[in-house]
This record gives sequence, C-alpha cells and structure tokens, in this order.
Amino acid sequence: MGTTAAYFRVFLTFARNSLVRDMTFRGNFIIDSITSMAWMLLNLIFYLLIFHYTDFIGANTGENPGWGRYEFFAFFATSMVINALLQAFFMTNVDELTDLIRTGGLDFILLKPIDTQFLVSLRRVEWSSLSNLVLGLVLLGYSLVHLAYVPEVMQVVLYMIYVICGVAIYYSLMIALASSTVWMGRNQTLYDFWFYITTFSRYPMEIYTGSLGEPLRSFFTFIIPVLVVVNIPARILVWPLEKQNWPLAGFTILATAASVAASRWVFQLALANYRSASS
Amino acid sequence: MLYFTVLRISIVERLAYRVDFAMGTLMRFLPIVTQVFLWDAIFRGMTSGPSPIAGYNYHDLIAYYLLTMVSRAFSSMPGLASSIARDIRDGTIKKYLLQPVDMLSFVLMSRLAHKLVYYAVAAGPFALVFWICRGYFSGWPDLWTMLAFIASLLMAFLLGFFLEATLGMIGFWFLEVSSLLFVYMLVSFFFSGQMFPLDMMPSYWPTVMKIIPLQYMAYFPAAVFLQKVTGADLAWGLAAEAFWVMFFYLSARTMFHYGVRRYSAYGG
Repeated sequence: MGTTAAYFRVFLTFARNSLVRDMTFRGNFIIDSITSMAWMLLNLIFYLLIFHYTDFIGANTGENPGWGRYEFFAFFATSMVINALLQAFFMTNVDELTDLIRTGGLDFILLKPIDTQFLVSLRRVEWSSLSNLVLGLVLLGYSLVHLAYVPEVMQVVLYMIYVICGVAIYYSLMIALASSTVWMGRNQTLYDFWFYITTFSRYPMEIYTGSLGEPLRSFFTFIIPVLVVVNIPARILVWPLEKQNWPLAGFTILATAASVAASRWVFQLALANYRSASS
Repeated sequence: MLYFTVLRISIVERLAYRVDFAMGTLMRFLPIVTQVFLWDAIFRGMTSGPSPIAGYNYHDLIAYYLLTMVSRAFSSMPGLASSIARDIRDGTIKKYLLQPVDMLSFVLMSRLAHKLVYYAVAAGPFALVFWICRGYFSGWPDLWTMLAFIASLLMAFLLGFFLEATLGMIGFWFLEVSSLLFVYMLVSFFFSGQMFPLDMMPSYWPTVMKIIPLQYMAYFPAAVFLQKVTGADLAWGLAAEAFWVMFFYLSARTMFHYGVRRYSAYGG
C-alpha cells in the first residue's frame, strides 16, 4: 500500500514539474494547445461535410440503428477524449523511449530505484494536450443535448470505465511498439505505424462490412483490439442499455487486461535484451 | 557535373534504407482502406438512396483518394523546411556560403535523388495497389488528359519544393519555426484536398480553395486524371500552377539572398 502512495506522489511531482515547465514557456503552451485543437476542428469540418450529404454512416436497419449526426459526433468526441488523455500522459514519454533505447540514455533510467516502465511512461505530462479533452467534452455535451435519447447514470459510469479501458489498450499497444526498438534498431516509422493502426479505430466498427470488411473487423477487434477502444464507450452512451452488445463489452474488459499484461511482458523482454547502445 | 555527383551520392545514401522505404510506402495506403469502408457506409446511409456527392460517385471518390497519393508522391517534401531551418539555426548552412555551391540547387538535387529512389522503390507497391483497386477506375483517360496529368505532377514537385524551401528560409528571421511548420502541415492537409475533394465544400468555398496554390499539391492532379477539370479550366489551372512555381522559386531565391545578409553563423 505504501508503494502505491509513493508512486502516486512521484507522479504528482512529475505532473507539477511539467506544469511549471509549461508555464515557463507560456507562449509555446498556448500555441501547442491551439494547434492540437486545430487538427480536431479540421476533422470536425470534414464530418460536418459528410452529414451535409448523408443522414447516417452505415445503413439504418432495425437491429443496427446506424450512426446519425449527433451519435457520430458523440463517437468523435469520445475519440478526442481518449486521444487527449493518451497524449497528455503517455504519448511524448513513449515516443522518447525509442530515442532512449537508440542513444543508450535508458541506462540512467534503469539506475533509478523505481519501476522502469512507470518512470518511462509517466515522466512528463503534456498539459497542452488536455485542451483537446476540454474540446472533446464540450462536443460530447453538445451531441448529448441534441440526441433524442438521455443516458442513465449507469451508462455514464460505464462510459468512464470504458474510456479508461480504451486509454489502457492504446497505451499497451504503444509501449509494446516502442519497446520493439530494442530489436529493430532504426525505428523512426513508429509514429507513422501508430497513426496507421489507429486510423482503423477512428470510425464506427459497423462500417467494416463485406468479404474484406468482416475479417478486418474481427482482426482489429480480437487480435489487435483497437476497434473496441472508441466504439464500446461511445455506443454505451448513445444507445439504451437493452440495445447494447454486452458480449463485446465484456470482451473489452478482458482485452484490456490481456493488452496491459502482454505489453508489460514485451517491455520487460525488451529490457532484458537491451544492450546499452552508446556507452 | 557537380550537381550530378550530388544526385548520385544522395541516391546511394537513400538506397541503404530501401526495405524501410518499401514498407513505409505500403503502410501509407492503409488509411485508404478505411476510406473505402467509410464512404461505402456514407453512401449506404443516405435515406433517399445513394446519389453522387458534388459529382463524385463512390468509385470516383475512392479513385480520387488513390490519385491524391500519386500527387503527394510528387509534391510532399518531408522534412525539407525543418532541415533548412535547422541548418540555419545550428550554423551548418555556412558550408554553402564557403563552398562554391548554390544552396538551393544542392538541396533540389538531393531532394530529386530522394524522389527518384522513392519512385524506383515505391513503383512496385503503387502498381500493386492500383491494380487491386482497378475496379474503382473507369479506364485510362485519353492522351491529352494523361499529358496534362503528368505536367501537373511535375509542377507539383517543383511547387512543393520551392514552397517548403521558402518556409524553411523563414528560419533566417525566426529561430524557432516548428510551430509554424506544424500549422502549415495542418492547413495544407486540408486545403490541398487530401481530406476530401475540394468540390464537396458548400457555396463559394470550392472557388476560394482553388485560388490557394495548395490545391496543386493533391487535388488538382487527381481531378485532372478523373476529368473533373477539362477544357479551358484545365488550361488555366496548368497556367496558374506554372505561375505559382515561378512565384515560389523567386520567393525562395529572394529570401535566401536577404537572409544570408542577416545571418550571423552561430555554432562551430
């Protein structure tokens, strides 16, 4: 118990230090916040444009309600929230891990009397990324107001749980990819690879239909579970409880646990194979 | 002869990482897979039955996204502006001032080498993807359209190069340009038509967006191939593209000329 509290205190120190640092370069902080929001706003324009021409994404069949304008905006807002959390806490740190492995800087981290994965993953908090969290929550509120359906308290609680699951799945995938730098050496395409994988999770999973879409959907649900990251929390919130896909929601909990465990294993395997590059 | 050597050295250098290259090229098509499904879902979601969007039916749209990949293969200059700005900041740029080489020509040659190697390695993956997706195209366009398409691509390369070089030269006046470059990247992703065909924008927006030269980086060549731009519009479009190439060539030259006078050679 004592260690958990200690780790939490260390994390708070990291968070405070990052905030002090961000506030020292305030102009930069503001520019970073604006640019990260700008990208989301451009996406939003694209989606507005789509709904200028269509009423639903995916056919509106009885069993499958189809994603109307405000359901989809709630979906997109969820995606923003999850990505903002990921960027604020993990993205910069995990990206730095590849550099640390390549340059041998990881030596200094291994020397510290603290769990290496914890230190590598949470050293910096990117406060400016939280601007997207705010933007995401505003968009989510706006969509919910315009939806005919009002979610129950239970759904809001489940939503928050599944958002955390989503962040955990993304994080696991990311740290496992970054750890693989140990074996691959030059791994500059990590960020690209990350972007390409997550393009599949940006849209409702119902769009993947047909002889090519079904296998794709299964692959990104059951093998690399990125499709459940945004889909599960979003649909929990916008559709009534009796229309939920409970088996898939249950699977998501399992997938989260499995992803975290697997990435922990990959990370430690990577450390065991790490051969301090430069010194 | 000098610049030919630069070209040759850069080609050898780039070929060292060819596997990374070929993999990277294939990966770049992955977002299109998502677009294939997304647009199918959009057309299926129209309650009054699928109807073309701004003159693009489903097949046109997928063909459009595939063709913007070709446009980007010519016009994108990854890292060009930031590397020029970095050379200015850390003082590396003085090698061009000491040695009898012209910086812009040197960088152009090494960039041309990057591109030539890229085409050599990427031709395979591109041919494969287009062959798989041949169903989205309604055959080859006529000879004149093909010639216009090729001309628009070659100019897209020059436009991309001189535009990014101009942006990099801003580094003579401001030490830190990375935020600016990020904003440029965002703006260009949107205004070049990589997100969607510019014709899809409502009211007067398509006209506005086609005045901005960024449309030549992705939209224009693709629209030419799909024969969405024909006749007088096509001639005017090509002429305007040539104008913008000249404009940014001159601006890069001018900024280098004045920038060097301000330059104070930091670093060792």
